[in-house]
Amino acid sequence: MLLIACPYCGERDETEFHYGGQAHVAYPADPEALSDAEWGEYLFVRANPKGPFAERWSHAAGCRRWFNMLRDTATHQILAVYPAGQPCPSAAQTGSVIA
Amino acid sequence: MPEHLPEHPDWLWRTPNPKRSYDVVIVGAGGHGLATAYYLARNHGVTNVAVLERGWLAGGNMARNTTIIRSNYLCEESAALYEHALKLWEGMPEELDYDFLFSQRGVLNLAHTLQDVREGTRRVNANRLGGVDAEWLDPDQVREFCPIVNTSPDVRHPVLGATLQRRAGIAKHDHVAWALARKADAYGVDLIQGCEVTGFLRDGDGDRVVGVQTSRGPIAAGTVALAAAGHTSVLAGMVGLRLPLQSHPLQALVSELLEPVHPTVVMSNHVHVYVSQAHKGELVMGAGVDAYNGYGQRGSFPMIEHQMAAALELFPIFARAHVLRTWGGIVDVTPDASPIIGPTPIGNLHLNCGWGTGGFKATPASGWVYAHSIATGAPHPLAEPFALERFTTGALIDEHGAAAVAH
Ligand SMILES: Cc1cc2nc3c(=O)[nH]c(=O)nc-3n(C[C@H](O)[C@H](O)[C@H](O)COP(=O)(O)OP(=O)(O)OC[C@H]3O[C@@H](n4cnc5c(N)ncnc54)[C@H](O)[C@@H]3O)c2cc1C
Ligand SMILES: [Zn+2]
Repeated sequence: MLLIACPYCGERDETEFHYGGQAHVAYPADPEALSDAEWGEYLFVRANPKGPFAERWSHAAGCRRWFNMLRDTATHQILAVYPAGQPCPSAAQTGSVIA
Repeated sequence: MPEHLPEHPDWLWRTPNPKRSYDVVIVGAGGHGLATAYYLARNHGVTNVAVLERGWLAGGNMARNTTIIRSNYLCEESAALYEHALKLWEGMPEELDYDFLFSQRGVLNLAHTLQDVREGTRRVNANRLGGVDAEWLDPDQVREFCPIVNTSPDVRHPVLGATLQRRAGIAKHDHVAWALARKADAYGVDLIQGCEVTGFLRDGDGDRVVGVQTSRGPIAAGTVALAAAGHTSVLAGMVGLRLPLQSHPLQALVSELLEPVHPTVVMSNHVHVYVSQAHKGELVMGAGVDAYNGYGQRGSFPMIEHQMAAALELFPIFARAHVLRTWGGIVDVTPDASPIIGPTPIGNLHLNCGWGTGGFKATPASGWVYAHSIATGAPHPLAEPFALERFTTGALIDEHGAAAVAH
């Protein structure tokens, strides 16, 4: 069981949360300019690292707010939790290498 | 059905050292890698082949799956592929000359809502049009076919009916792998365990692979064929290839051994559990994937709690059964819940992945079509719609509904 520290409510069981996949995926700046391959990439391709992964979570059964989390997908260790809109904490801050 | 399991077959294949070079190197000795090697030799006469496995033969998802075999998928492309597999399953024990306890005891997919009923009846009709056996059962017929299912209308999620595929069933997964390994080995295929692929050898321009780097040294290859299931993204990343895959833990559990009580396989997407009884007597249960990505080969406790609650509502008779063991595998899930089979943008590098939660049933067909595309350089007609290009063209094969386990 993951114990996730919502930035707004504190530590709660993973069952209170909803997963939102990879964080920091920006909507294309100039959508009209994208080729089919680029659209396919934007819609369907996400990072899938074995190791640190920046991802989105929502505290669905609590404050209902979205935030970001850096988690190691091999060990399930939570390396950082930070509000949406903030940049991903650097390797130096978390003491790990971000894939 | 035989009474006893076959003995553990230590002697079924050689354990050769890797040669310096092969025509085809297959990465991953799960069921799909082994079936590919077998059909490369049997159907195409390609025998200068190595199957490289970082752990032990068939110790990945092949050893962890709940062995359900069926072909009642919704889309024509999938039904055709899985039906090809089911027909191969029906002949395989004889062909491989090895008993892997293939038991066509049927699969029920329960409906608990009006929408489930519509989905189920639609799928039955689609299956029949596609030549796949399928029936719709009302709740009384469900009770007749599987008396231990609670069909009372007074429960939270009453059973409103079910689809039934009678030719579906289960098989002893380890024995399937060993049977394929034995035959592939007999054709001269080298099965090399404890050999992890850690990189790729590229030609001068880097747009073709010419072999693999492994924990046991470099191995040259005319073709490199990935069959690495949940770790495909990790391998593809070594050649800078990004794929529409997400890896998730999927777990299962078994009870202690019980008298035969459960005559068929019962799946319920809505309450989210599926249950069958293994030949020895364990109740085998599974549910959906953990929602978040993961590579640790264990699942989360909330999933166990969730599936046990569902199992108890459907099968009150299980209330006193004890859990003996739980485990997890890592499955690679695509956006349309269908596999990816075929070439990659990198020369000589072939892909077979994305089978998600349901690739065991496809094992022989996966090997059959993959061997075809590797040996001939052209996709097998059954595999053509499953090419990587569909994520650019938009011709997705959306099987979320019929995949039967939520992803
Ligand atoms: C709990 C669970 C229940 C399931 N239930 C069912 C079911 O009832 N019916 C069904 O149809 N399907 C089911 N599945 C899905 C099915 O098991 C998979 O889709 C299928 O096994 C995938 O193909 P495979 O057998 O080749 O994969 P695997 O057996 O996982 O083979 C891949 C192999 O590649 C190896 N590998 C990875 N990286 C490397 C590397 N770098 N170098 C060398 N080797 C490497 C791995 O060690 C592994 O042995 C289930 C899966 C799980 C986890
Ligand atoms: Zn909160």
